[in-house]
Amino acid sequence: MIRVENLVKAFGAKLAVNDVSFTVERGEVLGFLGPNGAGKSTTMRMITGFIPPSSGRITIGGHDMLEDPLPAKRLIGYLPENAPGYADMTVLGFLNFAAELRGLHGDARKRAVGRAIELCFLQNVAHQTIDTLSKGYKHRTGLAQSLVHDPDVLIMDEPTDGLDPNQKHEVRGLIKHMGENKAIIFSTHILEEVEAACSRVIIIDRGRIVANGTPAELKARSPEGRLEDVFRAITLPDTVKGH
Amino acid sequence: MNTWANIKTIVKRELGGYFTSPIAYVFLVIYLLLTGFFTFTVGSFFERGEASLVSFFTWHPWLYLFLVPAVGMRLWSEERRLGTMELLLTMPVTTWQAITGKFLASWLFLALALALTFPVVVTVNWLGDPDNGVIFAGYVGSVLLAGSYLAVASMTSAMTRNQVISFILSVLICLFLILAGYEPVTGLLSRVASPQVVEVVAAFSVMTHFEGFQRGVLDTRDIVFFASVMGFALFTTGVIIRNQRAG
Repeated sequence: MIRVENLVKAFGAKLAVNDVSFTVERGEVLGFLGPNGAGKSTTMRMITGFIPPSSGRITIGGHDMLEDPLPAKRLIGYLPENAPGYADMTVLGFLNFAAELRGLHGDARKRAVGRAIELCFLQNVAHQTIDTLSKGYKHRTGLAQSLVHDPDVLIMDEPTDGLDPNQKHEVRGLIKHMGENKAIIFSTHILEEVEAACSRVIIIDRGRIVANGTPAELKARSPEGRLEDVFRAITLPDTVKGH
Repeated sequence: MNTWANIKTIVKRELGGYFTSPIAYVFLVIYLLLTGFFTFTVGSFFERGEASLVSFFTWHPWLYLFLVPAVGMRLWSEERRLGTMELLLTMPVTTWQAITGKFLASWLFLALALALTFPVVVTVNWLGDPDNGVIFAGYVGSVLLAGSYLAVASMTSAMTRNQVISFILSVLICLFLILAGYEPVTGLLSRVASPQVVEVVAAFSVMTHFEGFQRGVLDTRDIVFFASVMGFALFTTGVIIRNQRAG
């Protein structure tokens, strides 16, 4: 579903993403791990078509994101970092807006929005404006927006950021469940999340993929069998140098 | 088909955004108070003793200089500040659909504000026997003028996430569009430059092109001028947004 080939993004002289290639098939949940500033968000922004890569190719369900963006974008649901939303809109209004831009109208829209509200437990705040929501609700509104059209491809930048432990658990369960028939990429800092929800992990550091495998495979690299040790062994030297 | 559905959705959202906050109502009240003040007090509507809206339309280029950038300054800078731009532009909409939708919504809002000035039309018709064709042309010109300023504001708001900077930049550009054809300035210019140069500079001014509408003339060249300003500024908005995304 998602095919990324030799993706490069340069900001001036700095290579934010350096020759990244991977594929994600339907039924896979790919966890994106890496220190802050490693290039996770930049990669996701390129896959969703927000920023163009300096070079490389992205195809979503066979549609080239650079040459034919609209059909590719139709297949994607995207939760950007910090779950942005229009502050002055109600949750319901915002979800209706997202559904309409996704080409859902009339009854189909009503059903889709109702389902998204239910999936993300937003019933209590549906008529509240987004700027009055707590961080957890705001995040779930962003999540609901990304799910409203039941997309084949789901890309989420830190979907559990700012949630309390119960909500984190719910969202992980939701991701795992949806991963059965979608292609999902999500980024996170929380290693246990990867073990709980992902079928595959990519660790990215300074713009490069430094590890790619199932959580079990990666864990096997450490003598104690802990993902955290593996993560630190691969990425620590760079962060200490202050990159 | 899809294009219009997308634009319509964006227009609806933007317009809704105006009226869910008090900003729209505050703006409308200020707008109407100022147009009234300029028409009746500064423009001495009654003392003129003629049944026309000259004293009403004359002030629009100056009035809009501050009011229109105030409406347009948030168009894109707010999207960038909130991060919703990333959301909007990863939806299956093209950048120009988004630009057009947001522009049209604000333009409709300004047109609504202008439409609410209908009492002056009623007044002047009640007091005398004005040429309503001239008044109609004046309204057309005023809408086009507002659209041109608004397109400039859209452009400057795409440049920055700071609404104040966006406001100041668009006021400056609109001020240039006024002054290039403002009589005291053209007079000054004609002392140092040849009449041809003065004419070329004045051709870039909204004053030169707004004048015809006030006299009741719907000249294609004036309409083309305003349409070009809008087209150019909106196109530039697209270029700015594309360059920002490219990093």
